[in-house]
Amino acid sequence: MTDLHWIFEPGFFSSQPVHVAVTIGGVAAVVCAIVGVFTVMRGQSFAGHALADVSTAGGSGALLVGLTPLTGFIGGGVIGAAAMDMIGIRRVRGRDLATGIVLGASTGFAALFLYLDTTSAAVTGATQQILFGSIFTVDPSTIPIVAIFSATALVIIAVIYRPLLLSSMSDDVAAARGVPLRLVGLLFMLALALAVGLSALAIGAILSTALLIGPAAAALRLTKRVGSALALACILGVGSTWLGILLAYDSYYWGSSHRGLPVSFFIVGLTFALYLASGLPVVRAHAERRAKQSGEAP
Amino acid sequence: MTATSWRHGASHAVLDVEGIGVALSGRQILEGVSFTIDAGEFTGLIGSNGAGKTTLLRIILGLLRPSAGRVLLDGAPLSRQNRSIGYVPQKVLLDPDMPMRARDLVALGIDGDRFGIPTPSKRRRAAVEEMLHAVDAQGFADARVGTLSGGEQQRVLIAQALISHPRLLLLDEPLANLDPASAQEIIGLLRQVADQQQVALLLSAHEMNPLLPAMDRVVYIAGGRAASGTTDEVIRPEVLSALYGHHVDVLRVSGRVLVVAGPGANEDHCLPVEPPRAAG
Repeated sequence: MTDLHWIFEPGFFSSQPVHVAVTIGGVAAVVCAIVGVFTVMRGQSFAGHALADVSTAGGSGALLVGLTPLTGFIGGGVIGAAAMDMIGIRRVRGRDLATGIVLGASTGFAALFLYLDTTSAAVTGATQQILFGSIFTVDPSTIPIVAIFSATALVIIAVIYRPLLLSSMSDDVAAARGVPLRLVGLLFMLALALAVGLSALAIGAILSTALLIGPAAAALRLTKRVGSALALACILGVGSTWLGILLAYDSYYWGSSHRGLPVSFFIVGLTFALYLASGLPVVRAHAERRAKQSGEAP
Repeated sequence: MTATSWRHGASHAVLDVEGIGVALSGRQILEGVSFTIDAGEFTGLIGSNGAGKTTLLRIILGLLRPSAGRVLLDGAPLSRQNRSIGYVPQKVLLDPDMPMRARDLVALGIDGDRFGIPTPSKRRRAAVEEMLHAVDAQGFADARVGTLSGGEQQRVLIAQALISHPRLLLLDEPLANLDPASAQEIIGLLRQVADQQQVALLLSAHEMNPLLPAMDRVVYIAGGRAASGTTDEVIRPEVLSALYGHHVDVLRVSGRVLVVAGPGANEDHCLPVEPPRAAG
């Protein structure tokens, strides 16, 4: 352990804020990875981003009325998902439109709420906390709520797994076989809202899409089965989240100024680096070889 | 016809389209479209782009409610959920980054409409393997679907549509983006599927020549109406002129058929012609 001193700065393993951050960050990363794989596959990344903006409005609004940011993130996301469904997220052409309208409106509300948050004496650092996250200051009592939201999102994905895949390929084939497309689409948007809300808690509302899309997109480039894409996305997501937390913790000891750098920066930076790396010819060729070997096994 | 009666103990066709009419946003798209398809029959649904082929297929699938007429499947009205119809749509999203192998896509045809996560089993694997063999797709079964050629993707989609053993297979413009050689291969494969699996097959296309050797019957759509029968019955100047509402000529050149607008077509001059033949 002492040999690893230069990696894990003093107090990393005994610090309670670190325990909470590692738990919530890990759970959020898993949910985001799994929901993210389907989001990328369905071409709904833009919808994910719009939900992040709705979460911003929700989170900042929640602070105003004395609720926890998570309640606001999730509440805002669910309302946003419903609104997008009503405007017409189901029609391909309606998708961009619905997303754009909801995105614009919610950003306006976020501007208002954040202004009111920062001008009221009760809340300090609201803008930083909502937009860019504050995983080290999350109250440990939030963990059970995080667990419930995460379980809900994962159960939804497990239930609609097959119809989701079929409709990602072709809505018409799915509809012809009797898949209730609207219900499946709405349930997926709900899971997406939950994932975005959890991500907002971990790395901030405005950055939440990074954890949703980055690991999933990298995993999709390197795998050719849904199961392995989900598994790899989880590994990449949790890996970059935990490494980001460690680097942020360590950054306090870098230099002499003793100013820790924001954890969100490290997590987002790492997921971005992973995505870039997944496009490197060397990495892709390696993944292809491995996939070929496993494919030939009986 | 006798084979059908013997196999299923009933005399009705697999697909019976009766007097279908449909208007979309006030515009009449189709009117009085009637035809039947028997088991093992390869039928081409021919018409130019925008003639209403996809609309008709969507009505048969139960995705669109017609304003007139009805569709019977094995003599019974369409139900909401229909495993007896296999469908290969025109637009399929097979992105290069889609994490699915050809065999995964075929397996999705077994129970892709069910909720929950599928449980792997020997029976599933055997069914997929058998279907991959039937469409000659074993060579690329483990390749990512997005990396396959157009013809290979069509084979996989046909296998997916067939794996639930439907009585009717609908294909929307499956030859649209294929080179002539691949198109020929797919047509040969479909002819074989119709014969061996005794599935009734309806394939839409805007170009009928590649289908001529394989087609048992043709449903020709133009001007919102349809004529059906054998190619010799339907592809005739008087039948097609009645559909188009102006005179057209049918030219036969070394085994191929060309339908061309006759003189006076531009002047909206309608010739007195016989009504199109009824299905039968």
